[in-house]
Amino acid sequence: MSAAAQILKPFMSSPIQTQGTPEIHPDVLLVERARQGDMAAFEKLVRQYDRQVFRIANHIVQNREDAEDVVQDAFLKAYEKLNQFQGNSKFYTWLVRIAVNEALMRLRKRRTGRMVSIDEDVETDEGSMPRDLADWSPDPEAMYGQSEMADILRRTIQGLPPGFRVVFVLRDVEGLSTEETAETLGLSIPAVKSRLLRARLQLRERLSRYFKRREPNQAQVGAN
Amino acid sequence: MAQLDEMLDQDAALPLRADLEEHLRECEHCEITLNTTRKTIQIYRSHELYELPDDLRQRLHKAILAKCRKC
Repeated sequence: MSAAAQILKPFMSSPIQTQGTPEIHPDVLLVERARQGDMAAFEKLVRQYDRQVFRIANHIVQNREDAEDVVQDAFLKAYEKLNQFQGNSKFYTWLVRIAVNEALMRLRKRRTGRMVSIDEDVETDEGSMPRDLADWSPDPEAMYGQSEMADILRRTIQGLPPGFRVVFVLRDVEGLSTEETAETLGLSIPAVKSRLLRARLQLRERLSRYFKRREPNQAQVGAN
Repeated sequence: MAQLDEMLDQDAALPLRADLEEHLRECEHCEITLNTTRKTIQIYRSHELYELPDDLRQRLHKAILAKCRKC
């Protein structure tokens, strides 16, 4: 093993052997450089993930100013804790975990000290069959303008309990795997699956009122 | 419902997938639920609900790096 690979060994999860050289994720090299005081390397990590952290924070705190604070605090905390990053997970999922915790703390402060956790308002029963059976318009996105659609989507997802919302955002919007979502939130895999199902069904049902297929006479009324 | 969820994530094993596909051909309720839930995910994925504008981004970078330098 080369000297560099020896140094980086603790940061490599499941190293893949490629012609005898372990494959190292570029983030691991940036983290290592940042730990040695290279601010340009840390800035690169910030640039790489700031948009995602901002999105996730906004989804949790639902307030732009608080989301800005969460982004700052999450990156600062990540910088302070770089030595604790063991490389057992991706840097991104490690960072998201910090950001989610910061966002939940921020939400708690806003609610004057009332505890907010990802378990809040979460029912654990399995998803039941939806009540609203109406099929959707074949192209629901064509029914609304871009900003009206964004408003509908924001309002709809904001109606979910935080524990469902965060699972849906990480898994379905940000594309984390079920395992990464579970690790990030400190939940079991069955808990992630159960919450994801409930979140998807609730969102689907709430969106149905905007997207359901209109009868021809309704479309006529809408057009007049 | 949990089985339909596996269809959404394409986690269903082949024999189960075949059974579910057969069920979907006969059950309009499940077919609508599956299709509209798929669409729900797709719509959320394709819309950027919280964009980070460039000026705010620059301001955040400056603030983050300034704080980190003080550590």
